[in-house]
Amino acid sequence: MEHRPIKTDADTRDHLVVIGNGMAGCRAVEELLARDPARYRVTIFGAEPRVNYNRIMLSPVLAGEKSFDDIVINDADWYAANGIALVAGDPVVAIDRAARTVTTRGGATESYDRLLIATGSDPFIIPVPGKDLPGVIAFRDMDDVDTMLAAADAGGDAVVIGGGLLGLEAAHGLSLRGMKVTVIHLMPTLMERQLDEAAGWLLKQALEGRGQTILTGADTAEIVGDGKVEGVKLKDGTLIPASLVVMAVGIRPSVALARDAGLAVGRGIQVDDHMVTSDPHVLAVGECVEHDGQVYGLVAPLWDMCRSLADGLVEQPTGYRGSVTSTKLKVSGIDVFSAGDFSGGDGCEDIVLRDASRGVYKRVIVKDDRIVGAVLYGDTADGSWYFDLLKKQEDVSDLRDLLIFGQSFASGGGAADPKAAVAALSDDAEICGCNGVTKGQVVSCIAKGAHSLDAVRGTCKASASCGSCTGLVENLLALTLGDDVQAGPKTMCKCTSFGHDDVRREIVAQAMRSIPEVMQKLHWTTPDGCSSCRPALNYYLLCALPGEYVDDQQSRFVNERMHANIQKDGTYSVVPRMWGGLTNPTELRAIADVVEKFNAPMVKVTGGQRLDIFGIKKEDLPAVWADLNAAGMVSGHAYGKSLRTVKTCVGSEWCRFGTQDSTGLGVKIERMSWGSWMPHKFKIAVSGCPRNCAEATIKDFGIVCVDSGYELHVGGNGGIHVRATDLLCKVATEQEAMDHCAAFIQLYREEARYLERTAPWIERVGVDYVKARIVDDAAGREALRARFLVSQSFSQDDPWAQRAEGAEAEHHAPMARFIPQEELA
Amino acid sequence: MTTPEWLDIGWVDQIPVRGSRTVQVEGGDDIAVFRTAEGKIFALLDRCPHKHGRLSQGIVHGGAVACPLHNWRISLSTGEALGEDKGCTPTVPVKIDAGRVLICRASTLKAAA
Repeated sequence: MEHRPIKTDADTRDHLVVIGNGMAGCRAVEELLARDPARYRVTIFGAEPRVNYNRIMLSPVLAGEKSFDDIVINDADWYAANGIALVAGDPVVAIDRAARTVTTRGGATESYDRLLIATGSDPFIIPVPGKDLPGVIAFRDMDDVDTMLAAADAGGDAVVIGGGLLGLEAAHGLSLRGMKVTVIHLMPTLMERQLDEAAGWLLKQALEGRGQTILTGADTAEIVGDGKVEGVKLKDGTLIPASLVVMAVGIRPSVALARDAGLAVGRGIQVDDHMVTSDPHVLAVGECVEHDGQVYGLVAPLWDMCRSLADGLVEQPTGYRGSVTSTKLKVSGIDVFSAGDFSGGDGCEDIVLRDASRGVYKRVIVKDDRIVGAVLYGDTADGSWYFDLLKKQEDVSDLRDLLIFGQSFASGGGAADPKAAVAALSDDAEICGCNGVTKGQVVSCIAKGAHSLDAVRGTCKASASCGSCTGLVENLLALTLGDDVQAGPKTMCKCTSFGHDDVRREIVAQAMRSIPEVMQKLHWTTPDGCSSCRPALNYYLLCALPGEYVDDQQSRFVNERMHANIQKDGTYSVVPRMWGGLTNPTELRAIADVVEKFNAPMVKVTGGQRLDIFGIKKEDLPAVWADLNAAGMVSGHAYGKSLRTVKTCVGSEWCRFGTQDSTGLGVKIERMSWGSWMPHKFKIAVSGCPRNCAEATIKDFGIVCVDSGYELHVGGNGGIHVRATDLLCKVATEQEAMDHCAAFIQLYREEARYLERTAPWIERVGVDYVKARIVDDAAGREALRARFLVSQSFSQDDPWAQRAEGAEAEHHAPMARFIPQEELA
Repeated sequence: MTTPEWLDIGWVDQIPVRGSRTVQVEGGDDIAVFRTAEGKIFALLDRCPHKHGRLSQGIVHGGAVACPLHNWRISLSTGEALGEDKGCTPTVPVKIDAGRVLICRASTLKAAA
């Protein structure tokens, strides 16, 4: 395809040769023509055999929402009308800067006065075996779309490698075209460059709801097939069948031509503010350039670059100053917007709005009274408004309180005071959408004595479900009562308006399954929580979903992540389990060997009848555990919010006062309850007679043996506020004692707040409540016990053995070692 | 090959998201390298300004880490203690190149000394 106007001898104008018939090259020519249509004679070389089209609209073409004709920017008539020669389908393969000529693959040579390189970018192909098999393609041009459409006609399975913007658009199109699509994404969150964890989670949910399979944290090992692609194999061994594989893992500036010509090239072709390369006769524009250290892979910067370029070409230079970019996912029905920097940091303030019922997540990041970033999911109507404020660096302090509600709210009628905005609402305005409560109902409920948020939630139910109207209710309380508002129960932390009990109740009621889901559905005000709420949520989910919930290691306190106790010097102490406080020569020898082998400076007998080995380096922990495991010992959980120790006295087997086999019972109870995660640490003791040598009456669960059976005591602890136990009941047999113990542990696990020990919990709920649940209600007790045993069937897995075998080695080994002397040597 | 000013310490993916790894410096303190939920990488001396707790062992949230010893919150970008607490941990400039994490050699030596 060639349009070559006859060159007249009279045409002595400078010749501008453009390499690249894409969006950047043609836009630059358009800008030039708009300024001075007669100044240059123009020739454009394009690698693709077609006219200039809008590459970013390939996704709608794939999805069947547009045709190729719809996305053509400049048709053949435009080239002809402007006297532009188009050489399409014969790409330039060499530049001779000394002779000022370019040469095409077909052998044609053209001389230039000014050369513009607009070669764009190349898709990055990950170097795995099978990458060259037929059926493995990128998603870059119309030929790729044609290949995908042909594959979709045949039906079957497609795999898209890369869960970024382009990959998800490809997956969406293929899915609409009837293929069964699996997206493989290396990172834990989709579109992690544009979206934060919360928005990424919502997006994943939505795409899965549309029938796509999304595998995050999945690393491609190879593409398999005999003569054509047949599937993708992951590093974990999973094989996913596929007749089509689309690689959309990223793009790289296309710089080979420029580099071969000896131009200055960094990550892209280096240009100045006027898009001039290291050779003053050669310019470059678009995705192939590097300006001020930045490389852009989005369309918006092109427009600014092309303006500056054209200004320079007509000798009225203005200069390009870099671009701030925003992105929008073109998947119909899923609205995602992101702009600027959303990584937070110092002085940055997050304003977060979550509306679970509408599936909306909005986050605006403000620094020094200016918007620096925005992430919107579900409602992107205000994306352009935020982006505008961001680009103009406008002071938003006056809008601050209403900013997150969007432009119509924030700039409406100067009502910049949220209280004034609430005051201005009519009595029949709906405050709580979940429970259909109007402003009038909330105000009358406050007037009748509900003087706290909790009281309002308890009476008229406003803000009792998703909590998104909490701010409105608080403003109504303040308006109605002034200073008489009573503080509600303590919230879990500053990230939420809900207390622990509310969060736990909703986790179960709404069957929530992950931390990001809880944060979204309960309107967390921070993107990824804090060091208070994350461990609590992790525990609540673990407790609610035994065997199903995957523990989030990064939401664990250090001791539970390292399975040892951190000491003030950064070393760890290690306590192997000794069932019921019993030990033997093999275990003692193994402990002695570990102490010597790893130079542990101290060994200490603990209050819970164990041996504590001090001063172990984190790198040595797996080796220490391997040695202890070899002698039959497992983790003592001395580090956890978990069952710590069962302390015993010697009992009837040896002691002249002993009434029952307290050591034997202690061992059985420890075998039953070890490994269980709890709201806080949990200690048990069994004493063989009322002399109580095992100090059972200051333990969370204590058994005191008597001639006629077993006294069961609960809710004791030592510590700052010593509390003796309450007597729960007396039982006749060992089995009953164990059953009551299991039921009590489970009640505590399910109902106490995170970091609340049994003593304050029982003082809060009353020992009568505990007796009613454990002693009086036999069926309830049995159900609690059964739930505990189910949970235990998943948690009695020695974490030391897993680590000793190499699991999660990154927790122990340093990433690198730096030895300055050797480097110098 | 590492350029003289920057030390190549490994792949970004080697650091857990919302987690940390350490770089041992012979004859000095460790450097802690963090990766936030947003994928940003920061490097700090692995020592809380309060009682010298190992920041690498703390919980990473937002752009901060909570020290494992007494829960001081330290900004990953400036090393300053946040909230009511006062103190500062030396930071080490980081750059990412083609998925590799590079830390500033001079700052590493100065911080670890």
